[in-house]
Amino acid sequence: MSDISDALHMAGQLVLHRDADLIEIVALSLHVSLSAVAIACLVGLPLGALLAITRFPGRGAVLTLVNALMGLPPVVVGLIVYLHLSRAGPLGFLGLLYTPTAMIIAQTILITPIVAALSRQVLEDLHAEYADQFRSFALSRRQTMQALIWDARYSLLTVALAGFGRAVAEVGAVMIVGGNIDHLTRVMTTAIALETSRGDLALAMALGMVLMALALGVNAAVHGVRLTAARQAHA
Amino acid sequence: MFSRSVAIIIAGMTFAAPALAQDAIIVQSTTSTANSGLYDHLLPIFAEETGIDVNVVAVGTGQAIKNARNCDGDVLLVHAKPAEEKFVEDGRGVSRSDLMYNDFIIVGPGDDPAGVRGMEDVQTALQQIAQTGALFASRGDDSGTHKKEIALWSDTGIDPTTASGGWYRETGSGMGATLNAAQGMAAYAMTDRATWLSFRNKGDFDILVQGDADMFNQYGVILVNPAVCPSVKAEAGQAFIDWLLSEAGQGAIAAYTLDGEQLFFPNAKG
Repeated sequence: MSDISDALHMAGQLVLHRDADLIEIVALSLHVSLSAVAIACLVGLPLGALLAITRFPGRGAVLTLVNALMGLPPVVVGLIVYLHLSRAGPLGFLGLLYTPTAMIIAQTILITPIVAALSRQVLEDLHAEYADQFRSFALSRRQTMQALIWDARYSLLTVALAGFGRAVAEVGAVMIVGGNIDHLTRVMTTAIALETSRGDLALAMALGMVLMALALGVNAAVHGVRLTAARQAHA
Repeated sequence: MFSRSVAIIIAGMTFAAPALAQDAIIVQSTTSTANSGLYDHLLPIFAEETGIDVNVVAVGTGQAIKNARNCDGDVLLVHAKPAEEKFVEDGRGVSRSDLMYNDFIIVGPGDDPAGVRGMEDVQTALQQIAQTGALFASRGDDSGTHKKEIALWSDTGIDPTTASGGWYRETGSGMGATLNAAQGMAAYAMTDRATWLSFRNKGDFDILVQGDADMFNQYGVILVNPAVCPSVKAEAGQAFIDWLLSEAGQGAIAAYTLDGEQLFFPNAKG
Protein backbone atom coordinates (compact mmCIF):
# COMPACT_ATOMS: atom_id res chain seq x y z
CA MET A 1 0.00 0.00 0.00
CA SER A 2 2.85 2.35 0.80
CA ASP A 3 3.80 2.11 -2.88
CA ILE A 4 0.47 3.64 -3.84
CA SER A 5 0.76 6.58 -1.45
CA ASP A 6 4.39 7.03 -2.55
CA ALA A 7 3.12 7.02 -6.12
CA LEU A 8 0.51 9.68 -5.43
CA HIS A 9 3.13 11.86 -3.83
CA MET A 10 5.58 11.28 -6.67
CA ALA A 11 2.95 11.95 -9.33
CA GLY A 12 2.24 15.28 -7.66
CA GLN A 13 5.94 16.12 -7.56
CA LEU A 14 6.45 15.20 -11.22
CA VAL A 15 3.61 17.42 -12.33
CA LEU A 16 4.40 20.29 -9.96
CA HIS A 17 8.03 20.47 -11.00
CA ARG A 18 7.18 20.14 -14.69
CA ASP A 19 9.81 17.46 -14.98
CA ALA A 20 11.43 18.02 -18.42
CA ASP A 21 11.64 14.32 -19.27
CA LEU A 22 8.02 13.84 -18.27
CA ILE A 23 6.86 16.70 -20.49
CA GLU A 24 8.75 15.23 -23.43
CA ILE A 25 7.18 11.82 -22.88
CA VAL A 26 3.68 13.22 -22.41
CA ALA A 27 4.03 15.36 -25.54
CA LEU A 28 5.11 12.37 -27.61
CA SER A 29 2.27 10.24 -26.23
CA LEU A 30 -0.22 12.91 -27.25
CA HIS A 31 1.43 13.49 -30.63
CA VAL A 32 1.42 9.79 -31.51
CA SER A 33 -2.04 8.90 -30.23
CA LEU A 34 -3.82 12.04 -31.46
CA SER A 35 -2.22 11.66 -34.90
CA ALA A 36 -3.38 8.04 -34.96
CA VAL A 37 -6.91 9.09 -33.99
CA ALA A 38 -6.98 11.80 -36.67
CA ILE A 39 -5.89 9.40 -39.40
CA ALA A 40 -8.16 6.63 -38.11
CA CYS A 41 -11.12 9.07 -38.30
CA LEU A 42 -10.21 10.19 -41.82
CA VAL A 43 -10.31 6.58 -42.93
CA GLY A 44 -12.73 5.03 -40.46
CA LEU A 45 -15.59 7.55 -40.55
CA PRO A 46 -16.15 7.46 -44.34
CA LEU A 47 -15.76 3.70 -44.21
CA GLY A 48 -18.29 3.45 -41.37
CA ALA A 49 -20.69 5.75 -43.23
CA LEU A 50 -20.34 3.78 -46.44
CA LEU A 51 -21.02 0.50 -44.64
CA ALA A 52 -23.99 2.11 -42.88
CA ILE A 53 -25.84 3.17 -46.01
CA THR A 54 -24.94 0.54 -48.58
CA ARG A 55 -26.32 -2.94 -49.04
CA PHE A 56 -24.30 -5.51 -50.94
CA PRO A 57 -23.85 -9.27 -50.92
CA GLY A 58 -21.46 -10.35 -48.17
CA ARG A 59 -22.14 -7.19 -46.15
CA GLY A 60 -22.84 -9.24 -43.03
CA ALA A 61 -19.46 -10.91 -43.32
CA VAL A 62 -17.71 -7.55 -43.80
CA LEU A 63 -19.44 -6.11 -40.73
CA THR A 64 -18.47 -9.15 -38.67
CA LEU A 65 -14.88 -8.78 -39.84
CA VAL A 66 -14.71 -5.06 -39.00
CA ASN A 67 -16.26 -5.72 -35.61
CA ALA A 68 -13.83 -8.55 -34.92
CA LEU A 69 -10.87 -6.33 -35.86
CA MET A 70 -11.78 -4.10 -32.91
CA GLY A 71 -10.19 -6.82 -30.83
CA LEU A 72 -6.83 -6.75 -32.65
CA PRO A 73 -4.15 -7.53 -30.05
CA PRO A 74 -1.70 -4.58 -29.93
CA VAL A 75 1.32 -6.85 -29.73
CA VAL A 76 0.26 -8.63 -32.93
CA VAL A 77 -0.23 -5.30 -34.72
CA GLY A 78 3.21 -4.28 -33.46
CA LEU A 79 4.72 -7.47 -34.81
CA ILE A 80 3.05 -7.10 -38.22
CA VAL A 81 4.19 -3.48 -38.54
CA TYR A 82 7.68 -4.45 -37.34
CA LEU A 83 7.96 -7.17 -39.98
CA HIS A 84 6.97 -4.67 -42.68
CA LEU A 85 9.12 -1.75 -41.51
CA SER A 86 12.16 -3.80 -40.54
CA ARG A 87 15.14 -3.25 -42.85
CA ALA A 88 14.65 -6.87 -43.86
CA GLY A 89 10.94 -6.24 -44.58
CA PRO A 90 9.19 -4.97 -47.72
CA LEU A 91 9.04 -1.34 -46.49
CA GLY A 92 12.44 -1.38 -44.79
CA PHE A 93 13.89 1.07 -47.31
CA LEU A 94 11.76 3.82 -45.76
CA GLY A 95 13.82 3.63 -42.57
CA LEU A 96 10.76 4.17 -40.39
CA LEU A 97 11.35 1.54 -37.70
CA TYR A 98 12.07 3.04 -34.26
CA THR A 99 10.50 6.40 -35.17
CA PRO A 100 7.30 8.07 -33.95
CA THR A 101 5.89 7.59 -37.47
CA ALA A 102 6.09 3.82 -37.04
CA MET A 103 4.22 4.17 -33.76
CA ILE A 104 1.51 6.27 -35.42
CA ILE A 105 1.13 3.65 -38.17
CA ALA A 106 0.75 0.84 -35.63
CA GLN A 107 -1.80 2.69 -33.52
CA THR A 108 -3.72 3.79 -36.62
CA ILE A 109 -4.07 0.16 -37.69
CA LEU A 110 -5.16 -0.71 -34.18
CA ILE A 111 -7.94 1.86 -33.88
CA THR A 112 -9.26 2.37 -37.42
CA PRO A 113 -11.50 -0.72 -37.04
CA ILE A 114 -12.84 0.70 -33.77
CA VAL A 115 -13.73 4.00 -35.42
CA ALA A 116 -15.21 2.26 -38.47
CA ALA A 117 -17.25 -0.30 -36.53
CA LEU A 118 -18.65 2.08 -33.91
CA SER A 119 -19.40 4.87 -36.41
CA ARG A 120 -21.11 2.36 -38.69
CA GLN A 121 -23.50 1.46 -35.89
CA VAL A 122 -24.19 5.11 -34.95
CA LEU A 123 -24.71 6.19 -38.57
CA GLU A 124 -26.83 3.20 -39.50
CA ASP A 125 -29.28 3.95 -36.69
CA LEU A 126 -29.41 7.59 -37.73
CA HIS A 127 -29.84 6.67 -41.36
CA ALA A 128 -32.84 4.47 -40.54
CA GLU A 129 -34.41 7.51 -38.88
CA TYR A 130 -33.84 9.87 -41.82
CA ALA A 131 -34.01 7.44 -44.73
CA ASP A 132 -37.28 8.84 -46.08
CA GLN A 133 -36.10 12.44 -45.92
CA PHE A 134 -32.85 11.61 -47.68
CA ARG A 135 -34.81 9.85 -50.40
CA SER A 136 -37.15 12.83 -50.88
CA PHE A 137 -34.14 15.17 -51.27
CA ALA A 138 -32.66 12.71 -53.78
CA LEU A 139 -29.23 13.01 -52.16
CA SER A 140 -26.29 11.27 -53.72
CA ARG A 141 -24.50 8.60 -51.73
CA ARG A 142 -21.68 10.98 -50.97
CA GLN A 143 -24.03 13.73 -49.83
CA THR A 144 -25.88 11.26 -47.64
CA MET A 145 -22.64 10.17 -45.99
CA GLN A 146 -21.61 13.77 -45.40
CA ALA A 147 -25.01 14.72 -43.99
CA LEU A 148 -25.02 11.70 -41.67
CA ILE A 149 -21.49 12.34 -40.38
CA TRP A 150 -22.27 16.02 -39.81
CA ASP A 151 -25.52 15.29 -38.05
CA ALA A 152 -23.95 12.62 -35.80
CA ARG A 153 -20.80 14.65 -35.11
CA TYR A 154 -21.24 14.70 -31.34
CA SER A 155 -21.81 10.96 -31.09
CA LEU A 156 -18.83 10.46 -33.38
CA LEU A 157 -16.67 12.48 -30.99
CA THR A 158 -17.31 9.75 -28.44
CA VAL A 159 -16.29 7.21 -31.07
CA ALA A 160 -13.04 9.13 -31.59
CA LEU A 161 -12.49 9.20 -27.84
CA ALA A 162 -12.90 5.43 -27.68
CA GLY A 163 -10.16 5.17 -30.30
CA PHE A 164 -7.97 7.64 -28.44
CA GLY A 165 -8.41 5.70 -25.20
CA ARG A 166 -7.32 2.50 -26.84
CA ALA A 167 -4.34 4.16 -28.55
CA VAL A 168 -2.95 6.09 -25.61
CA ALA A 169 -3.26 3.09 -23.29
CA GLU A 170 -1.64 0.41 -25.42
CA VAL A 171 1.96 -0.61 -24.88
CA GLY A 172 2.42 -3.78 -26.93
CA ALA A 173 2.57 -2.20 -30.37
CA VAL A 174 4.58 0.95 -29.63
CA MET A 175 7.12 -1.03 -27.61
CA ILE A 176 7.95 -3.23 -30.60
CA VAL A 177 7.93 -0.65 -33.41
CA GLY A 178 9.19 2.29 -31.34
CA GLY A 179 11.77 0.47 -29.26
CA ASN A 180 11.20 2.68 -26.18
CA ILE A 181 14.25 4.79 -27.11
CA ASP A 182 14.94 7.57 -24.62
CA HIS A 183 14.27 11.06 -26.04
CA LEU A 184 13.08 9.58 -29.33
CA THR A 185 10.27 7.04 -29.02
CA ARG A 186 9.58 6.75 -25.30
CA VAL A 187 5.91 7.33 -24.46
CA MET A 188 3.94 7.09 -21.23
CA THR A 189 3.07 3.40 -21.48
CA THR A 190 6.58 2.25 -22.45
CA ALA A 191 8.05 4.40 -19.68
CA ILE A 192 5.70 2.72 -17.21
CA ALA A 193 6.77 -0.71 -18.49
CA LEU A 194 10.42 0.31 -18.15
CA GLU A 195 10.09 1.54 -14.57
CA THR A 196 8.17 -1.63 -13.68
CA SER A 197 11.03 -3.71 -15.05
CA ARG A 198 13.44 -1.63 -13.00
CA GLY A 199 11.40 -2.57 -9.95
CA ASP A 200 10.58 1.08 -9.29
CA LEU A 201 6.90 0.33 -8.80
CA ALA A 202 6.13 3.66 -7.13
CA LEU A 203 7.49 5.68 -10.05
CA ALA A 204 5.73 3.37 -12.52
CA MET A 205 2.46 3.90 -10.68
CA ALA A 206 3.06 7.66 -10.52
CA LEU A 207 3.49 7.73 -14.30
CA GLY A 208 0.31 5.65 -14.57
CA MET A 209 -1.56 8.27 -12.60
CA VAL A 210 -0.25 11.04 -14.84
CA LEU A 211 -1.41 9.02 -17.86
CA MET A 212 -4.88 8.62 -16.38
CA ALA A 213 -5.01 12.34 -15.63
CA LEU A 214 -4.00 13.00 -19.22
CA ALA A 215 -6.81 10.80 -20.57
CA LEU A 216 -9.21 12.55 -18.23
CA GLY A 217 -7.99 15.93 -19.49
CA VAL A 218 -8.50 15.05 -23.14
CA ASN A 219 -11.97 13.69 -22.43
CA ALA A 220 -12.89 16.77 -20.41
CA ALA A 221 -11.64 19.05 -23.20
CA VAL A 222 -13.75 17.23 -25.77
CA HIS A 223 -16.75 17.33 -23.46
CA GLY A 224 -16.21 21.09 -23.08
CA VAL A 225 -16.07 21.60 -26.83
CA ARG A 226 -19.26 19.62 -27.20
CA LEU A 227 -21.11 21.60 -24.55
CA THR A 228 -20.06 24.95 -26.00
CA ALA A 229 -21.03 23.90 -29.50
CA ALA A 230 -24.39 22.58 -28.31
CA ARG A 231 -25.11 25.82 -26.46
CA GLN A 232 -24.27 27.90 -29.52
CA ALA A 233 -26.48 25.73 -31.65
CA HIS A 234 -29.44 26.35 -29.36
CA ALA A 235 -28.75 30.04 -28.80
CA MET B 1 -13.11 12.25 -50.43
CA PHE B 2 -10.87 9.22 -50.17
CA SER B 3 -8.10 10.59 -52.35
CA ARG B 4 -8.09 13.72 -50.24
CA SER B 5 -7.91 11.61 -47.08
CA VAL B 6 -4.96 9.71 -48.44
CA ALA B 7 -3.18 12.95 -49.31
CA ILE B 8 -3.74 14.24 -45.80
CA ILE B 9 -2.49 11.00 -44.29
CA ILE B 10 0.69 11.14 -46.31
CA ALA B 11 1.16 14.78 -45.42
CA GLY B 12 0.57 13.96 -41.77
CA MET B 13 3.16 11.23 -41.78
CA THR B 14 5.75 13.35 -43.50
CA PHE B 15 5.16 15.95 -40.84
CA ALA B 16 5.40 13.29 -38.17
CA ALA B 17 8.60 11.80 -39.53
CA PRO B 18 11.22 12.73 -36.99
CA ALA B 19 14.39 14.41 -38.00
CA LEU B 20 16.60 11.46 -37.09
CA ALA B 21 19.92 13.18 -36.69
CA GLN B 22 22.30 12.36 -39.51
CA ASP B 23 24.79 10.91 -37.07
CA ALA B 24 22.41 8.96 -34.85
CA ILE B 25 23.08 5.25 -34.61
CA ILE B 26 20.93 2.48 -33.20
CA VAL B 27 22.44 0.05 -30.73
CA GLN B 28 20.60 -3.22 -30.20
CA SER B 29 21.34 -4.11 -26.62
CA THR B 30 20.16 -5.87 -23.52
CA THR B 31 17.82 -4.85 -20.75
CA SER B 32 20.55 -5.56 -18.19
CA THR B 33 22.83 -2.82 -19.51
CA ALA B 34 20.02 -0.34 -20.13
CA ASN B 35 18.17 -0.88 -16.83
CA SER B 36 21.38 -0.46 -14.85
CA GLY B 37 21.69 3.11 -16.11
CA LEU B 38 25.05 2.46 -17.80
CA TYR B 39 24.00 4.09 -21.07
CA ASP B 40 22.70 7.18 -19.31
CA HIS B 41 26.23 7.51 -17.97
CA LEU B 42 28.19 6.68 -21.13
CA LEU B 43 26.20 8.20 -23.97
CA PRO B 44 26.37 11.89 -22.97
CA ILE B 45 30.17 11.58 -22.67
CA PHE B 46 30.42 9.95 -26.09
CA ALA B 47 28.02 12.44 -27.67
CA GLU B 48 30.03 15.35 -26.35
CA GLU B 49 33.29 13.95 -27.72
CA THR B 50 32.02 13.00 -31.15
CA GLY B 51 28.64 14.63 -31.77
CA ILE B 52 27.18 11.21 -32.50
CA ASP B 53 23.83 10.42 -30.88
CA VAL B 54 23.27 6.83 -29.82
CA ASN B 55 19.76 5.38 -29.59
CA VAL B 56 19.50 2.23 -27.53
CA VAL B 57 16.87 -0.43 -28.09
CA ALA B 58 16.91 -2.59 -24.97
CA VAL B 59 15.54 -6.10 -25.43
CA GLY B 60 16.68 -9.61 -24.54
CA THR B 61 19.91 -10.78 -26.16
CA GLY B 62 18.03 -13.27 -28.34
CA GLN B 63 15.74 -10.59 -29.71
CA ALA B 64 18.57 -8.07 -30.05
CA ILE B 65 20.48 -10.51 -32.26
CA LYS B 66 17.35 -11.22 -34.32
CA ASN B 67 16.72 -7.51 -34.79
CA ALA B 68 20.35 -7.03 -35.87
CA ARG B 69 19.99 -9.96 -38.29
CA ASN B 70 17.12 -7.97 -39.82
CA CYS B 71 19.53 -5.03 -40.19
CA ASP B 72 17.52 -3.03 -37.64
CA GLY B 73 20.53 -1.63 -35.87
CA ASP B 74 24.11 -0.50 -36.40
CA VAL B 75 25.81 -1.96 -33.36
CA LEU B 76 25.07 -5.06 -31.28
CA LEU B 77 26.06 -5.00 -27.60
CA VAL B 78 24.96 -8.18 -25.82
CA HIS B 79 26.12 -10.98 -23.53
CA ALA B 80 25.95 -14.43 -25.07
CA LYS B 81 29.35 -15.20 -26.54
CA PRO B 82 28.51 -18.36 -28.51
CA ALA B 83 25.51 -16.66 -30.15
CA GLU B 84 27.59 -13.54 -30.85
CA GLU B 85 30.34 -15.60 -32.48
CA LYS B 86 27.76 -17.38 -34.60
CA PHE B 87 26.41 -13.97 -35.65
CA VAL B 88 29.87 -12.95 -36.87
CA GLU B 89 30.56 -16.37 -38.46
CA ASP B 90 27.31 -16.06 -40.42
CA GLY B 91 28.66 -12.82 -41.86
CA ARG B 92 26.05 -10.65 -40.12
CA GLY B 93 28.65 -8.90 -37.97
CA VAL B 94 32.07 -7.50 -38.85
CA SER B 95 33.96 -8.72 -35.79
CA ARG B 96 33.38 -9.25 -32.10
CA SER B 97 35.34 -7.64 -29.27
CA ASP B 98 35.22 -8.34 -25.55
CA LEU B 99 34.01 -5.16 -23.87
CA MET B 100 33.35 -5.66 -20.17
CA TYR B 101 32.09 -8.19 -17.66
CA ASN B 102 30.25 -8.57 -14.45
CA ASP B 103 28.79 -11.69 -12.91
CA PHE B 104 25.58 -13.58 -12.40
CA ILE B 105 24.18 -14.16 -8.95
CA ILE B 106 21.29 -16.13 -7.50
CA VAL B 107 18.90 -14.10 -5.41
CA GLY B 108 16.04 -15.38 -3.34
CA PRO B 109 13.80 -14.90 -0.32
CA GLY B 110 15.54 -14.07 2.92
CA ASP B 111 14.22 -17.17 4.69
CA ASP B 112 15.99 -19.27 2.01
CA PRO B 113 13.78 -22.41 1.92
CA ALA B 114 16.40 -24.42 -0.01
CA GLY B 115 19.22 -23.42 2.32
CA VAL B 116 21.64 -22.21 -0.34
CA ARG B 117 22.76 -18.98 1.32
CA GLY B 118 26.48 -18.41 1.20
CA MET B 119 27.17 -21.17 -1.33
CA GLU B 120 29.84 -20.51 -3.90
CA ASP B 121 29.35 -23.62 -6.00
CA VAL B 122 26.43 -22.84 -8.27
CA GLN B 123 25.93 -26.48 -9.31
CA THR B 124 25.35 -27.62 -5.75
CA ALA B 125 23.04 -24.68 -5.12
CA LEU B 126 20.90 -25.44 -8.19
CA GLN B 127 20.78 -29.15 -7.29
CA GLN B 128 19.62 -28.28 -3.83
CA ILE B 129 16.90 -25.96 -5.13
CA ALA B 130 15.68 -28.71 -7.48
CA GLN B 131 15.77 -31.39 -4.77
CA THR B 132 13.83 -29.33 -2.24
CA GLY B 133 11.39 -28.27 -4.94
CA ALA B 134 11.75 -24.62 -3.94
CA LEU B 135 10.32 -22.25 -6.53
CA PHE B 136 12.73 -20.99 -9.18
CA ALA B 137 11.79 -18.21 -11.61
CA SER B 138 13.49 -18.50 -14.99
CA ARG B 139 13.52 -15.88 -17.75
CA GLY B 140 12.47 -18.48 -20.32
CA ASP B 141 12.92 -15.90 -23.09
CA ASP B 142 16.08 -16.93 -24.94
CA SER B 143 17.95 -13.96 -23.48
CA GLY B 144 21.64 -14.01 -22.60
CA THR B 145 20.81 -14.62 -18.96
CA HIS B 146 18.41 -17.42 -19.90
CA LYS B 147 21.00 -19.09 -22.14
CA LYS B 148 23.50 -18.93 -19.28
CA GLU B 149 20.99 -20.37 -16.81
CA ILE B 150 20.21 -23.27 -19.18
CA ALA B 151 23.94 -23.99 -19.52
CA LEU B 152 24.35 -24.05 -15.72
CA TRP B 153 21.40 -26.42 -15.31
CA SER B 154 22.75 -28.74 -17.98
CA ASP B 155 26.06 -28.92 -16.02
CA THR B 156 24.08 -30.24 -13.06
CA GLY B 157 22.48 -32.96 -15.16
CA ILE B 158 19.02 -31.77 -14.13
CA ASP B 159 16.45 -30.80 -16.74
CA PRO B 160 14.29 -28.26 -14.88
CA THR B 161 11.87 -27.88 -17.79
CA THR B 162 10.31 -31.22 -16.84
CA ALA B 163 9.04 -29.33 -13.77
CA SER B 164 7.93 -26.32 -15.82
CA GLY B 165 4.79 -24.90 -14.25
CA GLY B 166 5.65 -26.76 -11.04
CA TRP B 167 8.60 -25.48 -9.01
CA TYR B 168 10.32 -24.25 -12.21
CA ARG B 169 8.48 -21.14 -13.44
CA GLU B 170 9.38 -19.74 -16.85
CA THR B 171 8.14 -16.15 -16.96
CA GLY B 172 8.96 -15.54 -20.62
CA SER B 173 9.81 -11.91 -19.86
CA GLY B 174 12.66 -9.53 -19.14
CA MET B 175 14.97 -9.54 -16.16
CA GLY B 176 13.08 -6.91 -14.19
CA ALA B 177 9.69 -8.51 -14.82
CA THR B 178 11.12 -11.87 -13.79
CA LEU B 179 12.53 -10.40 -10.58
CA ASN B 180 9.15 -8.83 -9.83
CA ALA B 181 7.54 -12.22 -10.41
CA ALA B 182 10.13 -13.98 -8.26
CA GLN B 183 9.45 -11.41 -5.56
CA GLY B 184 5.73 -12.08 -5.80
CA MET B 185 6.11 -15.88 -5.61
CA ALA B 186 9.08 -15.93 -3.19
CA ALA B 187 11.06 -17.81 -5.83
CA TYR B 188 14.80 -17.98 -6.47
CA ALA B 189 16.06 -16.30 -9.60
CA MET B 190 19.33 -15.87 -11.44
CA THR B 191 20.20 -12.34 -12.47
CA ASP B 192 23.22 -10.32 -13.50
CA ARG B 193 24.63 -8.25 -10.69
CA ALA B 194 24.11 -4.88 -12.42
CA THR B 195 20.37 -5.40 -12.82
CA TRP B 196 20.10 -6.53 -9.21
CA LEU B 197 22.01 -3.55 -7.83
CA SER B 198 19.84 -1.10 -9.72
CA PHE B 199 16.59 -3.01 -9.03
CA ARG B 200 14.34 -1.15 -6.63
CA ASN B 201 11.76 -3.79 -5.66
CA LYS B 202 14.13 -5.95 -3.61
CA GLY B 203 11.76 -6.62 -0.72
CA ASP B 204 13.30 -9.18 1.65
CA PHE B 205 15.42 -10.73 -1.13
CA ASP B 206 19.15 -11.19 -0.69
CA ILE B 207 22.03 -12.30 -2.85
CA LEU B 208 22.36 -15.94 -1.82
CA VAL B 209 24.82 -17.50 -4.26
CA GLN B 210 27.78 -15.72 -5.82
CA GLY B 211 31.44 -16.05 -6.62
CA ASP B 212 31.52 -19.16 -8.83
CA ALA B 213 33.84 -18.80 -11.84
CA ASP B 214 31.02 -20.33 -13.93
CA MET B 215 28.89 -17.25 -13.20
CA PHE B 216 31.14 -14.94 -15.22
CA ASN B 217 29.12 -12.65 -17.50
CA GLN B 218 31.00 -11.35 -20.53
CA TYR B 219 29.65 -8.57 -22.74
CA GLY B 220 30.75 -8.20 -26.35
CA VAL B 221 30.29 -5.52 -28.99
CA ILE B 222 29.86 -6.07 -32.73
CA LEU B 223 29.42 -3.78 -35.73
CA VAL B 224 26.57 -5.02 -37.92
CA ASN B 225 28.05 -5.88 -41.31
CA PRO B 226 27.45 -3.01 -43.78
CA ALA B 227 28.19 -5.36 -46.68
CA VAL B 228 25.08 -7.35 -45.72
CA CYS B 229 23.06 -4.43 -44.38
CA PRO B 230 23.60 -1.33 -46.55
CA SER B 231 21.57 0.78 -44.10
CA VAL B 232 24.24 0.38 -41.42
CA LYS B 233 26.04 3.61 -40.49
CA ALA B 234 29.39 1.90 -40.43
CA GLU B 235 31.52 4.96 -39.73
CA ALA B 236 29.53 6.24 -36.77
CA GLY B 237 28.97 2.70 -35.48
CA GLN B 238 32.68 1.91 -35.64
CA ALA B 239 33.47 5.23 -33.93
CA PHE B 240 31.22 4.18 -31.04
CA ILE B 241 32.86 0.77 -30.79
CA ASP B 242 36.37 2.25 -31.02
CA TRP B 243 35.52 4.68 -28.25
CA LEU B 244 34.08 1.95 -26.00
CA LEU B 245 37.25 -0.10 -26.45
CA SER B 246 39.58 2.90 -26.03
CA GLU B 247 41.10 3.98 -22.76
CA ALA B 248 38.54 6.76 -22.45
CA GLY B 249 35.58 4.44 -22.99
CA GLN B 250 36.91 1.70 -20.74
CA GLY B 251 37.61 4.30 -18.06
CA ALA B 252 34.07 5.63 -18.35
CA ILE B 253 32.64 2.11 -17.92
CA ALA B 254 34.78 1.54 -14.82
CA ALA B 255 33.75 4.90 -13.41
CA TYR B 256 30.05 4.01 -13.42
CA THR B 257 28.95 3.13 -9.92
CA LEU B 258 25.65 2.77 -8.12
CA ASP B 259 25.55 3.24 -4.35
CA GLY B 260 29.33 3.07 -4.38
CA GLU B 261 29.49 -0.27 -6.19
CA GLN B 262 31.06 -0.70 -9.60
CA LEU B 263 28.59 -2.43 -11.95
CA PHE B 264 30.70 -3.33 -14.98
CA PHE B 265 34.37 -4.19 -15.27
CA PRO B 266 36.00 -3.21 -18.57
CA ASN B 267 38.17 -5.91 -20.14
CA ALA B 268 38.77 -4.94 -23.75
CA LYS B 269 42.04 -6.30 -25.08
CA GLY B 270 43.81 -2.99 -25.58
